[in-house]
Amino acid sequence: MIENHLSLLLVVLPLLAAPIVAVLPNGRLPWAVSTLVSWSVFYLAAWQLMNVNTGNVISYELGGWAPPWGIEYRIDAANALVALIVSGIAALTLPYALKSVIKEIPQQQHALFYAAFMLCLTGLLGIAQTGDIFNLFVFLEISSLSSYALISLGKKRQALTAAYQYLIMGTIGATFFIIGVGLLYAMTGTLNMADLAQRLPELYEHRTIHTAFAFIMVGFALKLALFPLHVWLPNAYTYAPTVVTIFLAATATKVAVYVMLRMVFTVFSFTFIESTPADELFLLLCVMGILGMSFYAIYQKDSKRLLAYSSVAQIGYMMLGIGLGSVLGATATLVHLFNHALMKGALFMAIGALVYRVGSSRLEHFSGLGKQMPWTFAAIVIGGLSLIGVPGTAGFISKWYLVLAAIEQQNWLIVGVILIGSLLAVIYVWKIVEVLYFKATGEMEQHNTAVKEAPLMMLIPMWVLVLANVYFGFNTELTVGTAQQAVQLLIPGVNK
Amino acid sequence: MTELLLPPGLLLVIGALFMPFGIKVRNLLIFVLPVLCLYFIWSAPADYVVTLPFLGFELVPIKITTVGQLFATIFSLMALIGGIFAYKTASTLELSAAFAYAGSAIGVTLSGDLITLFVFWEIMAIGSTLVIWAARYEGAYRASMRYLMVHLLGGLLLMIGIAGHVVQTGSISFTPLALDSIAQYLILAGFLVNAGAPPLSAWIADAYPEASPSGSVFLSAFTTKTAVFTLLIAFPGTWLLIPIGIYMIFYGIIYALLENDMRRILAYSIVNQVGFMITGIGLGTEMALNGAAAHAFVHIIYKGLLLMSAGAVLYRTGKRSCTDLGGLFQTMPWTALLGIIGALAISSFPFTSGFVTKSMIAQTAADQNLIIVWFALAAASAGVFLHAGIKFPWFVFFQKDSGMRPAEAPRNMLVAMGVLAALCIGLGVYPEPLYAILPFAVNYEPYTAAHLVAQFQLLLFAGLAFFVMLPMMKRTLTISLDVDWFYRKLFSVTDRVGYNLLHSFNRGVTNAIQQSWQGFQSTFQASRLSKYHLASSWPTGSMVMWIGVILGGYLLMDIFFK
Repeated sequence: MIENHLSLLLVVLPLLAAPIVAVLPNGRLPWAVSTLVSWSVFYLAAWQLMNVNTGNVISYELGGWAPPWGIEYRIDAANALVALIVSGIAALTLPYALKSVIKEIPQQQHALFYAAFMLCLTGLLGIAQTGDIFNLFVFLEISSLSSYALISLGKKRQALTAAYQYLIMGTIGATFFIIGVGLLYAMTGTLNMADLAQRLPELYEHRTIHTAFAFIMVGFALKLALFPLHVWLPNAYTYAPTVVTIFLAATATKVAVYVMLRMVFTVFSFTFIESTPADELFLLLCVMGILGMSFYAIYQKDSKRLLAYSSVAQIGYMMLGIGLGSVLGATATLVHLFNHALMKGALFMAIGALVYRVGSSRLEHFSGLGKQMPWTFAAIVIGGLSLIGVPGTAGFISKWYLVLAAIEQQNWLIVGVILIGSLLAVIYVWKIVEVLYFKATGEMEQHNTAVKEAPLMMLIPMWVLVLANVYFGFNTELTVGTAQQAVQLLIPGVNK
Repeated sequence: MTELLLPPGLLLVIGALFMPFGIKVRNLLIFVLPVLCLYFIWSAPADYVVTLPFLGFELVPIKITTVGQLFATIFSLMALIGGIFAYKTASTLELSAAFAYAGSAIGVTLSGDLITLFVFWEIMAIGSTLVIWAARYEGAYRASMRYLMVHLLGGLLLMIGIAGHVVQTGSISFTPLALDSIAQYLILAGFLVNAGAPPLSAWIADAYPEASPSGSVFLSAFTTKTAVFTLLIAFPGTWLLIPIGIYMIFYGIIYALLENDMRRILAYSIVNQVGFMITGIGLGTEMALNGAAAHAFVHIIYKGLLLMSAGAVLYRTGKRSCTDLGGLFQTMPWTALLGIIGALAISSFPFTSGFVTKSMIAQTAADQNLIIVWFALAAASAGVFLHAGIKFPWFVFFQKDSGMRPAEAPRNMLVAMGVLAALCIGLGVYPEPLYAILPFAVNYEPYTAAHLVAQFQLLLFAGLAFFVMLPMMKRTLTISLDVDWFYRKLFSVTDRVGYNLLHSFNRGVTNAIQQSWQGFQSTFQASRLSKYHLASSWPTGSMVMWIGVILGGYLLMDIFFK
């Protein structure tokens, strides 16, 4: 019984939890309920992945309406992997959240905070699950609206501005997307992705389809913060409450990348993309993004902002895989999507622990903390190594596949960019490590010697992610295996 | 012990992670780990192979070959003896890093595929960086960062080369590679960066002398010699390596002669010695490869010995410039004596280990009628005696009396040096055990009358030259950093041009990058760009403008250009 409705339950569970959490009294109860829900969802997502990992596709008809008229949830390895990431990160973030939220958010808003968190989770999971392009828009709006609210809860006043900027950008993005969807609907009369994929090829020459594609791509490029449409992201990540930053950094952009993959490879096809300037444009923007944003990251004085710029650069890596437009490229994108969620999740959790103890995310306030907080420090070192792509960490697997995909097409420029990008990553990761390792002088020394290691509730989720970074650096069955499986279904006609 | 599942190198790497758990654990591990590692290396049956599936390939994390065994043996020995030298004075960070570094170097020598090799290669870069970092002062910290960048660059070249090689051939096995395409050249370049080949030779002398007294002992043993090992396996007989090797030989000699810092002299001397090995690999005959492998083996021993004596002096006096030192033989007689043994060995003095190995390479050049190569090698042997054989001990232990009366080196340091000195002489007098573990059968007899006479002549005249030119050498010491003055006095104008080229080519490449980077940094931070556009406060309007630009530009391109 549960198994039949698995795909729907994943979305409905947090959706139902949200209003319940909102009316609970402020205190620990909202947190406890959210945590319980997120763990159940994680369990369901893992179950779902096991079901589809053999190559099956689950097709769930919402309300019993047969597709393409009704809404269809169509789960293959790609969705299931993304749903697993989203729910997994949520399940790890929430235990971590308890202490951090108490410190950063006024108590009367706790219930609302967790309700918004549940809604955001609903939206992101919905995007991952659905096979209907309009339904996707609805979930996109749910996740976006709730994340504006979450970001605006940040302690500093700039959080409001950041949320407002994101709101403007996000709304434009969503509007562009719905314009594109509208145009597609006008031309084909269907909103079901699988159905669209069948009807579109005969219309490929049509200019309306090209325009629709352009709107969808730009809309989602905004959501996933592709350079130069990333401007909302650093502010949002810097000023949002730490927990929100962790969750959004590890999931929101990843879900958007997944939608991009789905659009480019399933709904449209790579033959279509080759007739548009999109693939060249992607590569160009990715190259600029990787180099430019890694470079910006080096100059940041705030640790969260530094990692935020690094995220924009990393999104460039993910989009490279799409721009290369090959099986290997798409595999690299999916693998990096998963791995980057692990590294950024771990790094932001570690930074969050420092912020929890010091009360600031500025680098200079961290000086010499490595001695006082050795576990957090070690987490940053390992997470950083993974970000750089050192062998033995998940980051290496991503880098390896990206380089393979680029070499396969003899695109040495891209290879060079990946190379320079990871050298730049060394510099900015080093900046954080250096500050933590070297002793502070003057006042800061007095201040920072009293600091204790982060509480266990923070360390455990952080270290689960850190160890995952190492584990997935050796065992690639889940990441690469599922990604290869997913790519076969994503790109129809590939039977390698 | 046939069920060897863990690469012996990994044993050291993992063991190193346990060193921070208390001094006693640490000191126990320093002795136990290398011995265990040696035991594994030699108890595994010949051609023993372990495979492991990864990323769709069959990895070969352990493959016992004769060359690998040779290098792994000397690496384990150096970890042990270096550990004895260091354990009382070095920080735990340095020792852990050094053992992880040594372990990964051993891992490289026993790896049977390129991916395993690359993994260890990168751990090596990180470990060695931390060894430098552990000296814990500003200069070391900066040097370690420069060092890391060079090595990560090399690592990336290697990785891209390997990926390209895999795409092309589908094979990851670590066997001789044909230089067919850019991929193999990238692999070669990645190896050569670690060997200290031009144009990036400067990193050795830049970074090694900044480490702690014991740190530079560890550093001298592993990175360059691992590169020699990989070149020996993957690119034997590659013609390109001969000019590269000869360039390194002379680069090392010239810079060592100009240098004033005792440990920098020895660091340049590493480049010089690795040059001999690379030339040997380039020559590629059985005897030359034997020579390169054997020379790497003995070089690790005597260079370790020399750096230990320099390290002991630095530890006791705190001084590192030749101009500040001198006359130390009075209170540090043992350190002086052991240092001199190392100096004799590096100069290939008969009855020391250098004598029985270096000439194998030169002999090949002679056998193959490569007159220029042979001549260059012979001239370089004299040069080695000048810069490392005489200059180092003379200026540090004799020369003038610096007035310092430091105590003799601590006992553990003397023990470490004593073991290495005994090996230097032992292998010189009785080289058969070394010859027995070389990759090919040896039919070479070092102690012929002709060879002895030739070598004595060479050393005699080189020694004579040193003392004749001593006033000139001394004068340079007062202003030794002003290289400009030195070459104007000593060399003719034509030489100056050549030297200029050499100088700018080597230091220039690294320095120029650094300086332009720093210049760029300061202008960049001062510019409006960083104030308005990086500081996050792009107005919302300009964000929206970008959306318009992208969408409009895209549509225009779509309509008109496709």
